[in-house]
Amino acid sequence: MGLLDQRFENGNVFITTADNLLNWARLSSMWPMQFGLACCAIEMMATGASHYDLDRFGIFFRGTPRQADVMIVAGTVTLKMASRIKTLYDQMAEPRYVLSMGSCSNCGGPYWEHGYHVLKGVDRIVPVDVYVPGCPPRPEALMEGLMKLQEKIRNESLVQRPSPLATAKTA
Amino acid sequence: MLTEFGQVLVFFLLGTVFVAAGLAFAWLIRPHRPYPSKLSTYECGEEPVGDSRIRFNIRFYVVTLIFLIFDVEVVFLFPWATVYKQLGWFAFVEMLVFLGILFVGYAYVWRKGDLDWDRPVPVLPRYEKGVGVREEHLAEEELSLP
Repeated sequence: MGLLDQRFENGNVFITTADNLLNWARLSSMWPMQFGLACCAIEMMATGASHYDLDRFGIFFRGTPRQADVMIVAGTVTLKMASRIKTLYDQMAEPRYVLSMGSCSNCGGPYWEHGYHVLKGVDRIVPVDVYVPGCPPRPEALMEGLMKLQEKIRNESLVQRPSPLATAKTA
Repeated sequence: MLTEFGQVLVFFLLGTVFVAAGLAFAWLIRPHRPYPSKLSTYECGEEPVGDSRIRFNIRFYVVTLIFLIFDVEVVFLFPWATVYKQLGWFAFVEMLVFLGILFVGYAYVWRKGDLDWDRPVPVLPRYEKGVGVREEHLAEEELSLP
């Protein structure tokens, strides 16, 4: 079945209300998958701990991709790890989001030029929603990124957006 | 009016309907996009290898049994320690007897080598020259013994 897979041509009051409810539910309980790759993960742990307290956003870490909505790629993505990350992303239930944390997972970071073993950006294997810059980013920066992701989820809709090609034709 | 078991029945029916309705509603609206990689077994991103049901070494069984005995012994010690002052010497002697019996078992297990991971090879009684056993056959067997 999958009624949430339906897309509608025009919005009406029922669809927008359903949108609001769905988006509120999704952005209030973004559960990241619990894994860290490098020093960014230390900052991520600090963000989850009592001083910065991610729980107040409804964010807490889950031990299995089946229960996770968000994948925080925190750290250097080595080529060995890249295939594992792809598998883990595939095993997450939809809707799923990816937050790339730190320079290494954004673009390769300090390993950009001579890092023979590092993937130059995790967006080469999984679709990234939010990039958090920094080396490593402070916990405030990670929270900013998560709030950006909440904004993104808040603007999702069941209404089909007109494709850019269609608008270009009519214009 | 409902009897008391009638109320239990109502709770049972309501519980069944509640769970079934939740599952049906979720089945109705949830996105459903399966593909092989998504359905694969979660093993921390690794390819799952082999069967999850494996054989344990039989030696764990002996260790488990011994652990269980002394674990239960400690469980008995806790209530004994709680009421020790009210019961006095009687409880003390009783517990000494109990511990003594278990200690004999402990010494037995230790002597038999069940606490060692590699059990000593049991010493078999050697037989003298048997009746009807040919000489050369016996000689062969003696050579092969360690």
